[in-house]
Amino acid sequence: MDALAALGQGFLVALEPSKLLFALIGVFLGTAVGVLPGIGPALTVALLLPITFKMDPGGSLIMFAGIYYGGMYGGSTTAILINTPGESASMITALEGNRMAKAGRGGPALATAAIGSFVAGIIATLGIAFLAPWLVDIAVRFGPEDYFALMCIAFVTVSATFGDSPLRGLTSLFLGLVLGLVGIDVLTGQARLTFGVPELLDGIEVTTLAVGLFAVGEALHVASRRKHAPEEIEPVRGSLWMTAEDWRRSWGPWLRGSALGFPIGALPAGGAEIPTFLSYTIEKRLTKHPEEFGRGAIEGVAGPEAANNASAAGTLMPLLTLGLPTSATAAIMLAGFQQYGLNPGPLLFAERPDLVWGLIASLFIANMMLIVLNLPLVGLWVRLLAIPQPWLYAGILVFAAMGTVAANPSAVELMMLLVFGVLGYLMRRYDYPIAPIVVGLILGPMAEAQLRRALSISLGDPLVLVQNPVSATLLAIAFIALVAPFAMKGLQRFKAAED
Amino acid sequence: MTDARHARRLDVVPAVVGILLLGLAGIVAWDAASLTLATPYGLGPQAVPNLIAGGLALLGCGHLVAAVRGGTPGPELADPVAVTWIIGGLVALIATIGLGGGFVPATTLLFAATARAFGRRALLADLAIGFGLGILVYLAFTKLLTLSLPQGPLERLL
Repeated sequence: MDALAALGQGFLVALEPSKLLFALIGVFLGTAVGVLPGIGPALTVALLLPITFKMDPGGSLIMFAGIYYGGMYGGSTTAILINTPGESASMITALEGNRMAKAGRGGPALATAAIGSFVAGIIATLGIAFLAPWLVDIAVRFGPEDYFALMCIAFVTVSATFGDSPLRGLTSLFLGLVLGLVGIDVLTGQARLTFGVPELLDGIEVTTLAVGLFAVGEALHVASRRKHAPEEIEPVRGSLWMTAEDWRRSWGPWLRGSALGFPIGALPAGGAEIPTFLSYTIEKRLTKHPEEFGRGAIEGVAGPEAANNASAAGTLMPLLTLGLPTSATAAIMLAGFQQYGLNPGPLLFAERPDLVWGLIASLFIANMMLIVLNLPLVGLWVRLLAIPQPWLYAGILVFAAMGTVAANPSAVELMMLLVFGVLGYLMRRYDYPIAPIVVGLILGPMAEAQLRRALSISLGDPLVLVQNPVSATLLAIAFIALVAPFAMKGLQRFKAAED
Repeated sequence: MTDARHARRLDVVPAVVGILLLGLAGIVAWDAASLTLATPYGLGPQAVPNLIAGGLALLGCGHLVAAVRGGTPGPELADPVAVTWIIGGLVALIATIGLGGGFVPATTLLFAATARAFGRRALLADLAIGFGLGILVYLAFTKLLTLSLPQGPLERLL
């Protein structure tokens, strides 16, 4: 009942005209960047961080959340129409969705993706509203060693468990951790890894790293293989409306996708890829039309799209209640909270209930806006894809440069942008995941602070980490998640040798 | 036959990454050793860097093992000319802003160079578009959002 009253208060905040405007700008931008290949919600929020610095925190955060949700809706459009998923979470959607578009059923594919995203978004946001207070009650009792252990889980799951190569994922994470060390150590005031460069004393700006890796890195990557991988836009043919048959075949996958996506996103398990893969596999097994899979089955669009959206909403759970980001976008949203001096977690629920519940309520509103923006207006969004690629990427780089100098007007900052851009390009080219490095930069210093706090409370006794049952369990989970992929690889090799 | 040859050849990419990681581990550890002040109890500022350096060293060794073992998929074909154009555009941006040329000319150069990297040949038209976009962004940010962007002779006139 508590949650309902709080949510009601939240709606009063979220329905203020200025907040509605922020939400509308957010979902609009989010859908646009979701549709456009090459820019995603993480980059957009990163670019907006310096711009929103002087604005109202509540409104800006509502806008960021709108961008996150909007990006998830928009990503499916690109996946279906040009077979280039805007983000990895839409990869599965492209499998069946693009086939449907080629077969002239692009309209229903877009519709089932949008309605599925809506259903999943509403279910998952309800999940946040009712489970968050409960998780907050638990989190209040967490000590610094428990937080440190939780962050270890986030480190491992973001980088090791779900990538194709734990070695490359962990390498990316550790690069982020090294970047997180740069700057002045808060406890002793000594400079670490600054090499005498004064601009580095404040640490590495999240904006610069994210914009360099995502915008510049992506532009370099796309430009480098433009000649080798041409793209084709599939025009939307036929009716947008789903037939009765389409509805009948879609609602099951929507619900199952939401049920898979939300918990996997909400656990600090990272990534929307796993629930989409799982949803696709399940729908393939349950369908009455197995012959259509691989040739454009609507279930294969409905399920994964719902799972993808539900998991995006799910990642907001650990972010809001524990301050724990489990995806690149969530990590940058955390940086957004921090630029206003706000720290997500149990305290924020107690101190700024208007802000937290206003944000949660605005997620419902964002979902309503998105379904309206996406279904009737899909033709408009498709036209965005007609922007010539040279101008699109040139524009993206101009905005990237602008975001960087607006955050910190110096040539050194721009040089870092270039270095991170080249790094992002090389990482893409040699198949190193990008998200762990961003999470490492943001979460690394927080984890260090919690670890040092825990050890100074225990007067330097490291056993405090394993004596407390909560942190011991969490560290054990992190350890298992770290070792499991290596062990499974070893098992496979063992089996292969036996055969 | 092919297998035997494959096994003997060292994979270049993981080998290079492995060596770089070991070097980075060395730098982090060396930097940590230069921190002299410690906290009275609990962890000093050098503990976590040392931990990270250890992790980097392990990952470096892991890459070297992967390099010897082979089988890393090779990268896709890439177009070095396009990459050079974009990096050149960014260098021009940094130089222009660093030398006090201002935001608008800097982004004009970046826009034209990037468009060129993506296959456009109409350099003059792209310079004009970049210039217009630069002015638009500059005005929106300084007048509407009251944020400061780098100024040059041109921006002072606006």
